Amino acid sequence: MDLTPIWLTLKLAGITTLVLLLIGLPLAYWLSKGRSFIKLILEAIITMPLVLPPSVLGFYLLMAFSPQHGIGGWLQKVFNVQLVFSFPGLVLASVIYSMPFMIGPIKSALQQLPVSLAQASYTLGKSERQTFIHVLLPNIRASVLTAAILTFAHTLGEFGVVLMIGGNIPGVTRVASIAVYDSVENMDYHSANAYSLTLFCITFIMVISVFVFNKYKAKSPLE
Amino acid sequence: MIKVDIEKKLKAYGGQQVLKIAHEFPLGTITKIYGPSGAGKTTFLKIIAGLIQPEKGKIVVDDIIWLDTNSKISLSPQKRKVGFAFQNYALFPNMTVRQHLEYATDDAQWINRLLSMGKLETFTDYKPEYLSGGQQQRLAILRALSIKPKLLLMDEPFSALDPEMRSELISELKLLWEEMGATVLIVSHSLQELEGLTELELYINSA
Repeated sequence: MDLTPIWLTLKLAGITTLVLLLIGLPLAYWLSKGRSFIKLILEAIITMPLVLPPSVLGFYLLMAFSPQHGIGGWLQKVFNVQLVFSFPGLVLASVIYSMPFMIGPIKSALQQLPVSLAQASYTLGKSERQTFIHVLLPNIRASVLTAAILTFAHTLGEFGVVLMIGGNIPGVTRVASIAVYDSVENMDYHSANAYSLTLFCITFIMVISVFVFNKYKAKSPLE
Repeated sequence: MIKVDIEKKLKAYGGQQVLKIAHEFPLGTITKIYGPSGAGKTTFLKIIAGLIQPEKGKIVVDDIIWLDTNSKISLSPQKRKVGFAFQNYALFPNMTVRQHLEYATDDAQWINRLLSMGKLETFTDYKPEYLSGGQQQRLAILRALSIKPKLLLMDEPFSALDPEMRSELISELKLLWEEMGATVLIVSHSLQELEGLTELELYINSA
C-alpha cells in the first residue's frame, strides 16, 4: 500500500485543525456574545457545510478559485497563486467544510458558562482578552479538545469537496478517501480495504478519545 | 459622596417593572440594601459596577462621572474597579484559592492577610469544587477585597456562613473597611444578618 495518501490526509487534517483553532476560538467567542442579524447570517453560513452536499460546496469553491474567475483569477494575477488542484486549495476547502465542527462545540461551551465568571474578572480590572485567556478558555478546555478532535476526524473523512477542488493528483491532492475510491474504480479491493481500515481505525480512536477526554460526559459528538 | 440616579426596565412575570433609584451614599460608610425578591437589588449593584447599563441615569463617585446616559459617558467595569462579591460566588473553576487572589493582585503580603482573615490558609491549593459553600463564599469576599477597592458591592455575602463564622468575619471586615476607607453596599434579605454593622439602609422595590 502506498502510504502517501495517508500522510497527506494526516497533514491536511493537522493543518486544517490548527487553522480552525486560530480562527475558531475568537469567532466562536464573538458569536457567543449576544445576538445580531449579522451573527445570525454568519452562523447560518458556517453551518451550511453540515447540510449542504459536499459536491455543491466543492463546485462553488472550484468556481470561485478557478484561475479563470473572480477571486481565483485575482489571486493568480496578483500573487501568482493557484488554489484549485493544489494542497493549499485543499486546506482552504477543508477549513470551510469543517468549520461547524470547530465553532459549534466551542460556542456552545462558552454560552453555557455563567456570565458572572467574565463579569467577576472585569471587576478585577481584567480586559476581555485577559478574561478569555485566563478564565473562559481554561474552563472550556474539554470542549476545545472535543472540537479539535472532531475537526481532525471530520477532515480525514472528506471526499466530495476535496475531489471537486483538488482532483486526484498523487502526492499533492490524492488523500486517503480519494485513494479508496480510486482503488475501487481500478478493482484493487485490497488497497481500498487497507486505506479504509486505516481511516476507520484512526477516526474510531479519535471519537473514543473525545469521550475519554470528556470523562464519558459527552452526549453527542456535536455537543 | 456617591450619587446614584438611575432608571432601568426589568423583565418580570406578566410584564415589565421599572427600577428607579435616586440615592446618595456617603463615602466610607456601610449601607444595607434590602427589598423583596426580584425588586432589582442585584441589578442595582451591577449597574453601579458597570456590568449592566441602565436606560437612563447618572452615577457620580467622588466627583468623577462614572455614568451619564445624557452625555453617553459610561466607564467600563475595568475602570470603575469596584470590589464585587457575587451572590452565586462566580468563582473560577480552573483556579485554586491562592490563584484567585493572585489573578487579582501581586501583593503577596495582602494575599496572606486575606487568606488568614477568611480562614482559608490551609485550603490555598484547593479548587472551588473541593470547598464547602461557606468556604466558597468567603473566597468570593476575599477576591472582591483583593484589589483593595474604594467601593465594595456585596450581594448576599454572608448567606452560607454559620452565625459564629459570620459574626467573626463581619468584625474583621469592619476593621479592614475602616482601614481601607471603603464605601460598602451590602444586599441582604435578612434584616438581622447585618445587625450592628450599619445604620444606613436603602429599601428597593421596583414599580
